[in-house]
Amino acid sequence: MSNRPYVRPMGTTWWVSKAHYIRYMIRELTCLFVGLQALVLLIGLYRLSQGREAFDEFLATLWGPAGQMMSALILLMLVIHSASWFNLTPKAMPLWIGDKKVPGWMITGAHYGGWAVVSAVIVCLVGGRW
Amino acid sequence: MARSNKPIVWGLFAAGGTASAFVAPALIFVLGLAVPFGLFSPSDLAYDRVYSVVSHPLGRFVLFGYITVCLWHAAHRTRTTVHDLGIRNDRATLRVSYSAAGLGTVLAGAFLTLI
Repeated sequence: MSNRPYVRPMGTTWWVSKAHYIRYMIRELTCLFVGLQALVLLIGLYRLSQGREAFDEFLATLWGPAGQMMSALILLMLVIHSASWFNLTPKAMPLWIGDKKVPGWMITGAHYGGWAVVSAVIVCLVGGRW
Repeated sequence: MARSNKPIVWGLFAAGGTASAFVAPALIFVLGLAVPFGLFSPSDLAYDRVYSVVSHPLGRFVLFGYITVCLWHAAHRTRTTVHDLGIRNDRATLRVSYSAAGLGTVLAGAFLTLI
């Protein structure tokens, strides 16, 4: 007899069988792009710390064809991250006012609204329109 | 009771998920796409302009916090996703992913101190 607990064998590709599972896996894999975005910022800071020339080189690479493709892919996955994160917020953080549960769509909607405002502020601040 | 680092890492995961959900798409857009697509002028991201924001104490503090929580979000979710993919070597995965996040955190602090 064995003392080891039974571990059900599981393959690496179980999630390709159902659209719902595929969406789940895409949602989980967005984390790689959150990390990649942080890495871009990290490299930017490193180049900024090296001075003007290094920072300009960093931007030139980032704005080149390969950099644009990478940024577009990161952006796509980050939008999926934001949407899925806010869609899950009512489940992760149910909100009660008195003994009434706040409907999920209100919590999600408030977060989408906040997301729009924050994004607009960032675009306006960096774009120098303010 | 055995002590666990789970609440700390989970807290960083949740903070990173929330912060990046609000900020990250706009950030990568203004940094990587707005200029090549002709929506912003390159001077919007000129060295002096970026430097003045990043070298400000508040700018340093916010950037350090943001990069840190993003890295730990990625590290923790990568770890659980590797497990979901049927790869049962949690200790090794944990060591690699959390070490990478730790290293990134230290580097962010170092670069922000140098700037």
